[in-house]
Amino acid sequence: MSDNNKKDDQDYETTGHSWDGIEEYNKPLPKWWLMIFYACIVWGVGYTIAYPAWPGVRTATAGLLGWSTRGNVEQAIQDHEAELAPINERLASAELTEIAGDPELNTYAQNAGAAVFRTWCAQCHGSGAAGAKGYPNLLDDDWLWGGTIEDIHYTVTAGIRNEDTDEEWLRQSAMPAFGRDDLLSGEEIDQVVNFVMTLSGEEPRDASLVEAGAEVYDINCASCHAEDGTGDRMQGAPNLTDAIWLYGGDYETLHETVYNARYGVMPAMGGADLSEAEIRAVATYVHGLGGGE
Amino acid sequence: MSILDKHGILEKNVTLLAIFAFLVVTIGGLVQIVPLFYLENTIEEVEGMRPYTPLELAGRDIYIREGCYVCHSQMIRPMRDEVERYGHYSLAAESQYDHPFQWGSKRTGPDLARVGGRYSDEWHVDHLRDPQSVVPESVMPKYGFLEAKLIEGEHIQDLMSTHRFVGVPYTEEMIEAGFQDFLAQSNPDSDYDGLLERYGDDVNVRNFDGQPGISELDALIAYLQMLGTLVDFSTFEPDASR
Repeated sequence: MSDNNKKDDQDYETTGHSWDGIEEYNKPLPKWWLMIFYACIVWGVGYTIAYPAWPGVRTATAGLLGWSTRGNVEQAIQDHEAELAPINERLASAELTEIAGDPELNTYAQNAGAAVFRTWCAQCHGSGAAGAKGYPNLLDDDWLWGGTIEDIHYTVTAGIRNEDTDEEWLRQSAMPAFGRDDLLSGEEIDQVVNFVMTLSGEEPRDASLVEAGAEVYDINCASCHAEDGTGDRMQGAPNLTDAIWLYGGDYETLHETVYNARYGVMPAMGGADLSEAEIRAVATYVHGLGGGE
Repeated sequence: MSILDKHGILEKNVTLLAIFAFLVVTIGGLVQIVPLFYLENTIEEVEGMRPYTPLELAGRDIYIREGCYVCHSQMIRPMRDEVERYGHYSLAAESQYDHPFQWGSKRTGPDLARVGGRYSDEWHVDHLRDPQSVVPESVMPKYGFLEAKLIEGEHIQDLMSTHRFVGVPYTEEMIEAGFQDFLAQSNPDSDYDGLLERYGDDVNVRNFDGQPGISELDALIAYLQMLGTLVDFSTFEPDASR
């Protein structure tokens, strides 16, 4: 041991332990460290008094500050709603057709609507609203049930073929399953599918069946899809003369459609899910995507 | 010799040290864990919670088998952003018949605690077959094989008994009718009055995957469509001190 250490020996006590002549210093913790340690203990006790902590016989102590996670989240939601209440109220009471003309309302509705869309609509219609097989594209100007702001607003509120809705028979329709329910023979389905392909300018699979198919169409399909095949929005019957298909316009898909029918559903958002202002916001957003009428 | 100096005795006797260390840890554990079993507000009483139907229980097993919990949580935290996106924050009561619970710890996909009733059965079929067909940016794997695998339900009563053993209040009658209820739930043409009587009128009775036979897809969708829909929140009063 050097002389320097020798000098330290005299400044500190030893613990009194001695092994083969080797002794152990008793170097206490620094004062500042010890003070922080004691302060933490005091603070910890205070903390358990101020906040929910100690278990009792039936419930735990609630804490003097009355803090609660659930209260906090409720407060946060209320604050947010209060902040937006004036503009939401204006949005909910404005004429639907006038929203787009009011710059402040329109900016708010577009942005709020985009958020609603991403949360509630994107799973089916796609985050870019381009849809998927069986889920309509909302970017184009081909609408099943109508593309005015009122139509879109109603569709969002009541859903499509929604069994829970109170609204009666609007946005409700069902295509018959012509094959499954034996309404048409296999031959007739073959004919009508070939005819429907020609409506949108496709090459039919078998041109010789088209003429017979036209007759089958007139009797069975024209009442909903119209004689010229342009569809009927009152019944959500798609336009068959354009190149836009919800499920597909090839022979196999059309055959499947005629045989088993399609029954696409959309949930009604106008219940507990979305407020009137939110529905108007998302309707404005969808209307503004490009295809709005 | 003050009392503080007496710990020299513990330092020199390893057996005593072990005994006292064990005592300290035990007290700490008792104070933290035991109250959770008797405090009345650990699991609030809520209206509507019921044990899962046999088909839902089978679907839950598939959920666990496929490791859905690795990417999907079932726990909506009490924060504004979560409540606005997913719905009411989760309650302890909603997991009370889950053994083990499915809270999860990571969200690669969205939370599923309230996915029930949010999408149509057809959407679930499309989505499980090929998630990218409806959500192009999704990284979820395809689960189309589930629809090809029919389940017979021959072990469903054993499964229910096991759950009863760990605390789910299945009645004798529920277990006895387990197989019959299992068959009834995915067949709207069957006589499912007993199922509704035992589990409540809100049980979904549908052919979930739209195809004959009870496939794993039927069971999984039945489970998903029930998630988060059981509690009647119109009668729920949040406890003030949580």
